[in-house]
Amino acid sequence: MEKSPADLWRKVRSRYILLGNMCENCGARYFPPRLVCRNCGRNSKMKDLRFKGTGEIYSYTIIRSPPDGFEDLAPYTVALIKLDEGPIVEGHIVDNGKPVQIGTRVRAVLRRIYKEGDEGLIYYQYKFEPV
Amino acid sequence: MRDVAIIGVGLTKFGERWESGIKELMAEAGLAALEDANISSKDIDAIYGGSMTPGRFIGQEHVAALMADQLGLGNIPATRVENACASGGTALRQGYMAVASGLHDIVVVGGVEKMTDVSTGEATTALGGAGDQEWELFQGLTFPGLYALMARRHMHEYGTTEEQMAAVAVKNHENAYHNKYAQFHRRITIDDVLNSKMVADPLKLLDCSPITDGAAAIVLAPMDVAKKYNDTPILIAASEQASDTLRLADRESLTSIKAARIASQKAYEHAKVTPKDIDVAEVHDCFTIAEIIAMEDLGFFKKGEAAKAIEEGRTAINGDISVNTSGGLKGCGHPVGATGIKQAVEITWQLRGEAEGRQVAGAEIGLTHNVGGSGATAVVHILKRVN
Repeated sequence: MEKSPADLWRKVRSRYILLGNMCENCGARYFPPRLVCRNCGRNSKMKDLRFKGTGEIYSYTIIRSPPDGFEDLAPYTVALIKLDEGPIVEGHIVDNGKPVQIGTRVRAVLRRIYKEGDEGLIYYQYKFEPV
Repeated sequence: MRDVAIIGVGLTKFGERWESGIKELMAEAGLAALEDANISSKDIDAIYGGSMTPGRFIGQEHVAALMADQLGLGNIPATRVENACASGGTALRQGYMAVASGLHDIVVVGGVEKMTDVSTGEATTALGGAGDQEWELFQGLTFPGLYALMARRHMHEYGTTEEQMAAVAVKNHENAYHNKYAQFHRRITIDDVLNSKMVADPLKLLDCSPITDGAAAIVLAPMDVAKKYNDTPILIAASEQASDTLRLADRESLTSIKAARIASQKAYEHAKVTPKDIDVAEVHDCFTIAEIIAMEDLGFFKKGEAAKAIEEGRTAINGDISVNTSGGLKGCGHPVGATGIKQAVEITWQLRGEAEGRQVAGAEIGLTHNVGGSGATAVVHILKRVN
């Protein structure tokens, strides 16, 4: 997949520190952050919210037939994590030998997600580690 | 609003069509539809063409004008429609709206995708564009991966098994065996599915629809003139559509596609029918779990009960409801932009009694269910035979 350095840069705070937001009008919490609250539309009042990165596995899969650029990483486990603050977020599960199941408690850790060959950019982002 | 009828349908053979480019596929399906309607190229007022991502697959955009060009339709308005894997169903709805409103009389709706010129990895990446590029694709999530997340949750909440998912693929390959347009003419067993290569746990290769070249086309006309062209015009009794979040993680549920529930509910109301009245349905089985979820979203079975019903054969041809008689996306193939049109082509054949070895006895009312992405778009049509 062709990635753009600008795209990574635009989202870098969210990708590095799980920075989302919430709507002060209705209380809905969002990760990743959005400009418009899905409940409130143009009455949205968004403010930054940093998520703790703890939660539990809501569902998971192991990708064995990867898209372009992820060939070297496969097979890899991607899960949907229900964060303790409410939103669900997709993320890789770091293999630390602990079993991966629905309900497994996890916490976010910063890891390399993608490398553009030997001379290109290296993309970092949160992954999740069973605790 | 005028009643709208299907007066002609056409399909290409689905499969790895290495000998045919996108132009040949369009022309093959389009000509078949024009011949079926017994109508001249010069009588067409407009065309709507569904295609998901020809630019990614073969570097060709602007494909609706190309369809008009290749079919010799003259300088009519030609509009490309893109809603990921629901591009075809959405194009059909655009054509329906154009005729119903009175803006155009005779309209062609087409769908096409030329997918096998690229590698599996490139196709997987291109199809991934139907999801959220910044957050889902960035993680290396694929479409099999997204549906695997839905499958795993469905198994957790309702006890759905891998064998039950496999039963969907077995049924659809059996139906495809009787369809000369289908990509696969190979019967498979539950064990074949369970022993096939794991793609994204718990989904295996034979849980997944294939990569396919193909095109489909339909000619629409106002019902009051339809009989001029065709003895058995098929009424579009409802054409409904809904959307939802692009990103799977933002949805209310992983085990139901809300947009499909909304679109089908509105369609039943508009057509004044209930799920029990549907004789035959073509549903969006891009993965086996998707057909199980579709059966529940469309109200054919209660939540959590569809998998068992499928396993018991209740959705086989001439079962309680005949589902994916064409072979579905799994057995007939899934040229993404063509699929939504192909579904309505199959239902038209069924309602006319022209479905050959897979004919549902006495079929009078049919439904199509076309989903884009992991559920961000759903289009539902209800078709009726008019006696």
